[in-house]
Amino acid sequence: MPLFSFVIRRLLQMIPTVIFILVVTFVLVRMLPGDPASAMLGDRARDADVNRINHELGLDQPLIVQFFYFAERVVTGDLGNSIGLKVSVASLIADRLPVTLMLTVMSAVIALVLSVPLAFVAAMKREKLADSVIRGTFQVGLSMPVFYVGIILLTVFAAQWKLFPVGGYGTTLPDKLYHLFLPALTLALSFAAVLMRNLRASIINVMNAEYVDFAIAKGLRSRVIMIKHILRNALISTVTLFGLQIGTLFGGAVITETVFAVPGAGRLLIDSIYGRDYPVLQGLTISLAVLVSLTFLVTDILQAWLDPRIAR
Amino acid sequence: MTASTVPTSLPQTAPGLLVRGLTTTFDTSRGVAIAAADVDFDVAPGEVVGLVGESGSGKSVTLRSIMRLIREPGKVTGRVEWGGRDLVAMPAEELRRVRGGEIAMIFQEPMTALNPVLPIGAQIEENLVAHTDLNRRQRRERALELMNIVGIPAPERRLDEYPHQFSGGMRQRAMIAIALACSPKLLLADEPTTALDVTIQDQILKLLLDLRDRMAMSVVLVTHDLGVVAATCDRMAVMYAGRIVETGTVADVFACPNHPYTRGLLGSVPRSGQSRTMLQSIDGTPPNLTDLPDGCAFHPRCSFATEICLKQRPPLDLVGTDGRRAACHHHERVAAAEPIL
Amino acid sequence: MSALAKTARSMLRGKPMPRSLITGGSILLVSLIMAVWPTLFAPYDPNEFDYNALLAAPSLAHPFGTDSFGRDVLSRVIHAYTVDMQIAVFATVGPFVFGTLVGAFVGYVGGFWEALFGRLVDATVTFPFLVLVIAIVSVLGPGLGNMYVAVGIVGWVFYARLVASEIKVQKRLDYADAGRVMGYTPWRIVFRHLLPNAITPAIVYWMTDMALAILLGSSLGYLGLGAQPPTAEWGVQIADGKNFMNTAWWISVFPGVAIVLTGLGFSLAGDGVAEILRVRR
Repeated sequence: MPLFSFVIRRLLQMIPTVIFILVVTFVLVRMLPGDPASAMLGDRARDADVNRINHELGLDQPLIVQFFYFAERVVTGDLGNSIGLKVSVASLIADRLPVTLMLTVMSAVIALVLSVPLAFVAAMKREKLADSVIRGTFQVGLSMPVFYVGIILLTVFAAQWKLFPVGGYGTTLPDKLYHLFLPALTLALSFAAVLMRNLRASIINVMNAEYVDFAIAKGLRSRVIMIKHILRNALISTVTLFGLQIGTLFGGAVITETVFAVPGAGRLLIDSIYGRDYPVLQGLTISLAVLVSLTFLVTDILQAWLDPRIAR
Repeated sequence: MTASTVPTSLPQTAPGLLVRGLTTTFDTSRGVAIAAADVDFDVAPGEVVGLVGESGSGKSVTLRSIMRLIREPGKVTGRVEWGGRDLVAMPAEELRRVRGGEIAMIFQEPMTALNPVLPIGAQIEENLVAHTDLNRRQRRERALELMNIVGIPAPERRLDEYPHQFSGGMRQRAMIAIALACSPKLLLADEPTTALDVTIQDQILKLLLDLRDRMAMSVVLVTHDLGVVAATCDRMAVMYAGRIVETGTVADVFACPNHPYTRGLLGSVPRSGQSRTMLQSIDGTPPNLTDLPDGCAFHPRCSFATEICLKQRPPLDLVGTDGRRAACHHHERVAAAEPIL
Repeated sequence: MSALAKTARSMLRGKPMPRSLITGGSILLVSLIMAVWPTLFAPYDPNEFDYNALLAAPSLAHPFGTDSFGRDVLSRVIHAYTVDMQIAVFATVGPFVFGTLVGAFVGYVGGFWEALFGRLVDATVTFPFLVLVIAIVSVLGPGLGNMYVAVGIVGWVFYARLVASEIKVQKRLDYADAGRVMGYTPWRIVFRHLLPNAITPAIVYWMTDMALAILLGSSLGYLGLGAQPPTAEWGVQIADGKNFMNTAWWISVFPGVAIVLTGLGFSLAGDGVAEILRVRR
């Protein structure tokens, strides 16, 4: 089973990546102004207390030892406690991250629904009017900052036309989907632009392949040729791009959640920065990075499934 | 010109393929390129016809034009009659049923002509889905049968494998199996052996001839290799600069070429013991298709050329019995020249 | 640069300049002029309060209207060119230069350094770029200077990756061997011979990156982590106007148009440059 060993190999490759993520966040935390003990005890702490806390936290140990303490805690799921909200960071993230996940998944779906048919039309009508209009629209979409798109959609569809709520998050699943639709659309527009640009180019590329001529010569129906032969092959490179763009999508989610007041991980990130809540910031950075590398894994597996030449 | 000597239409029941005045042009930034001009030829049932010429002579374009595989900005005019119907003017859905069902095509490089992400079995079966009512099990059976017919060992396992897992020769056999899935009556083969080793070449050619007999199929074989023509074809047409310059039975043409270009091609066939590098010995290069010379397109490279060749294009006239034709003002002189083989 | 100009000219010989480059280049030229001499175009001082014209709709006196402090939106949009064009350049030049040098080194020596660099690239792309930049800025403190530092810490990796892979291709070509045979130092081979040929993808990426830098800079400005109010910066301006969208849409909408136009300028110019370079290959 080549796909299986491929997945195992890919999982092993994730180990150094995770280590690096830990190193970066560790360094980032060390760079923070002020020391944790003073932060916990306030400005008027006595030196003895500071030293005690430092000892308890292992901060009087050499850096490398500190790193292993840090890594051990993170790996066991202990991300510390939030300074501002007085709860464990892990529970905060477990609470907020699913919202962000739902938002990004929704926007990825919307982006695909928008980009695949339009990329097809643009590729088929290459250099014609339809192509120019579609590409021009997406070119503009690509240059629009997420927060700007968000504010405009919010004003037009939520505030003026009252088609959608102005922000927040629902309680039931349909209600949640309804609340997240505008934010997801906001996030999807620039993502769709990137996908469609890549997909159009790769469809044009694939259409010139000889196996498409062979498929035509076999008398296959055009629907079969488009889906099984053109789209299937064109998607291979787009899947890679999809994975690489996930980080950008999370970054966009931070801003979108701020604009639409969605109580997700992105909003939490911004709040933690304003509130100097460093344990939360650190926990979120680690979680998002791990999430991105998991997405890489998924897109790699997807790609191996789409392209049997890879899983060897 | 040719219209006066070639019957322009046969009775509706005429079997086989009739190509009349097939012309394919491409609008390029440097002008209109005439890739195939006024091509006439017939293929009778069960017959193997070779289309021969250098690269750029229009043989592959002709083959693709028959199947209407020419894309924008290419334009195809003329008629391609198949069972009394004109493929050039046929509506898309009717054409789809002819393609793959009645006329099949195989390509030079199976590595690029096979879809890399679909198993061979799926590529056979989708052909059956498009043209037959076979159910899933019957399709699988037919696929197995085809794998056996084209001589691919361990067919059960290989049906689930992907093109990159096949060797070059096996890949070409797989492509033939895919193309022939629906028992077509005509096979268009575009340089099917060029990408293969010499020993594998012979096997594939034998397979094609064997299939021709077994399935009562006609074959149009495009090649630049006269050795392949001699080994497999009944009749041949030599193309130069988009036009047929000589046609006849293989025996006749080889015995006594009536066109200086054919003569040149035959002169460049390697004798035993020499390597197979073809068509190198004619001086000069093929002409630019956007800027063909006046008169006979071959005259700049021709040792028989005279004044008339610079001014007037020679028609493809009958020069003997058995449909023997040549497009040369000096075909008698060429035929009388000392033998080259 | 002159060598580059020469190759650009020879590449264009007999071929019209791509339309995208003409359009994009014109937009960028106008943007640059506004960035350097904003006072020539701005009718008012960007930070002058006019309490008699708060939230005034676009009119002849204020073509883009005024904001909640009565500041002229048009003047602020024009003055913001100075800041945002500066972001486009300052946030990318450092990564471009440093990344190119590292890429050239890694691509040429290969081996251990290349493997190490490969791991670094893998890990860098796993951090959502914006999240990492936000995290670094929050550690260093808000402001443009710290934003450049944050972007620089991460951004060079992408240039280095492009240049390294291109150098790897170039060093296998004959002319690199010729250089070695002639006894040139590796230094000279890389910088005089390989790099000029290997740098083109990085240049194309640079154009895109400048557009991305403006998006990033304005996003941070919007979040309050980039340029600080009352600086006229498009992201800051959009944030200023976001609470007035229903009544005074012009405060946010016009700066956004400026972002889109400038972004289009960079990406069109980038497409044009890519097209020219593709023709040469």
